[in-house]
Amino acid sequence: MITVLNPGFYSTIQDTGRIGFQEYGVPYSGVMDKRASDLVNALLGNDKNEAVLEMTMTGAKLKFEKATYIAISGADMSPKLNDNPIQLNKIITVKPNDILSFGKLDIGFRCYLGVLGGFKTETVMHSRSMYKNITKQFMLQRNDKLSLSEILVSNIKQHASIRFDSSYLISNNIEVFKGLEFDLLSENQKTQLLTKAFTISKDNNRMAYHLEETLQNNLKPIITSAVLPGTVQLTPSGKLIILMRDCQTTGGYPRVLQLKESSIDVLAQKFTGNSLSFSLKD
Amino acid sequence: MSYKLTYKSFGERAILVEWPAEIDEKIIKDIISFKDLIKQNSIEQILELKTAYNSLLIIYNKCVKNLDNEIAVIEEIYSANKTSNKPDFFLWRIPVCYDDEFGLDLELISQEKGISKAEIIKRHSEAIYLVYFIGFLPGFLYLGGLDKSLEISRKSSPRLHVEKGAVAIGGNQTGVYPNESPGGWNIIGNSPINFFDVSKEVPCFAKAGDRIQFYPVSLKTYRDIKTLVDANVYQMESELLL
Repeated sequence: MITVLNPGFYSTIQDTGRIGFQEYGVPYSGVMDKRASDLVNALLGNDKNEAVLEMTMTGAKLKFEKATYIAISGADMSPKLNDNPIQLNKIITVKPNDILSFGKLDIGFRCYLGVLGGFKTETVMHSRSMYKNITKQFMLQRNDKLSLSEILVSNIKQHASIRFDSSYLISNNIEVFKGLEFDLLSENQKTQLLTKAFTISKDNNRMAYHLEETLQNNLKPIITSAVLPGTVQLTPSGKLIILMRDCQTTGGYPRVLQLKESSIDVLAQKFTGNSLSFSLKD
Repeated sequence: MSYKLTYKSFGERAILVEWPAEIDEKIIKDIISFKDLIKQNSIEQILELKTAYNSLLIIYNKCVKNLDNEIAVIEEIYSANKTSNKPDFFLWRIPVCYDDEFGLDLELISQEKGISKAEIIKRHSEAIYLVYFIGFLPGFLYLGGLDKSLEISRKSSPRLHVEKGAVAIGGNQTGVYPNESPGGWNIIGNSPINFFDVSKEVPCFAKAGDRIQFYPVSLKTYRDIKTLVDANVYQMESELLL
């Protein structure tokens, strides 16, 4: 069991998402940065789908009730165990009554905490990913108790070391494919979309990232059709919206680009004011 | 199955099949039966299928390495022109309270359209609506078949809080908000029924291809039904469509 002494700005339990319910309008949800979550699970010898704690902008303060192993990856929020700095991307031993806390946000935006065997919180529709009106709780609150796996500490299959390239945390390059309505854009619009630098607006969250700069637009809305995480929509006012993991299942704006899945991880580590540019893959 | 379809890749793990860009009952039925046929073929690498007005998204569990191969497999199923083992489709009767307590925009629609409130309620509850698909929000049904005289554009500034169960009209569409959310449609009533129930293995009672009819109930009946729904003992009224 872990007690939440302070939840941080916006912390949720996430696994790889709620798959198989799109036809009921249920969003995928799941970790925003899969790369970081995969890494903490791999370090701990967990299955890829084990739930982790996703912390946004500021970290949580947590008290452990029993001994376990943890690993932290993604954004560097200066993690400390009992006030002693600890490393990212490494297995850390935790003893009963240890307190994990975080400090200054140095690099990235979302930080992932994995525990041996994964978090064992409520499962709804085959997933522990928190989402409003689906799970009872949609974000962590003070004094929450988070159940952990009953795996014995001695059973851990530790990986000696994992090579992890964390340069994606500072990359501005978002790799994309042509979206379904890309070919309806004029040459000028295409050039702008693929050469301009865009700035992330303050409207950025698990559902979508809105961009500041607009694109002159004369495309009509489309008949409501499928969208996916990573779909870039162009609104009638010329605003670009990049859908993220909690996005709706369908939409009516032209889909001009589609992010490569690995670029969703890159974007998940960016925040208000950061810049990015799109590069087209075939 | 005789439409000319287009197949396009959508990201690394999905293929979007598109029908002519129209909202049409024949098209949606073709989409639904194609979806059912693909399901019955149980192709191992297909993770899930989702339909909308004129599209079917096929989502794979791995990166689609050879797009042409996958398209050929799907195309083959469509052109074989077999009829799918049709699931049962139902007509669901949905109680709606159109009382002023819930029908926040009834007066406005009445004035703008020059139709009495009673007549709006009559026209809204006489129609039988087709469920085109579920999307946007968990359990939100896209319904076709709104009486043309009731079409009214969305509100210029959306409400920040629309109550769970709100029955509303937006453009040529009508629908029910399955949960409290922001929304720009004109609200004419409220239904005590749960359109999305997380405790059920199949969270929505209705599916694409089913039909919906609303019927007006008094405030008292609304409250009685709500009590039964909350206690999980309400029996939905439905009829098998042949």
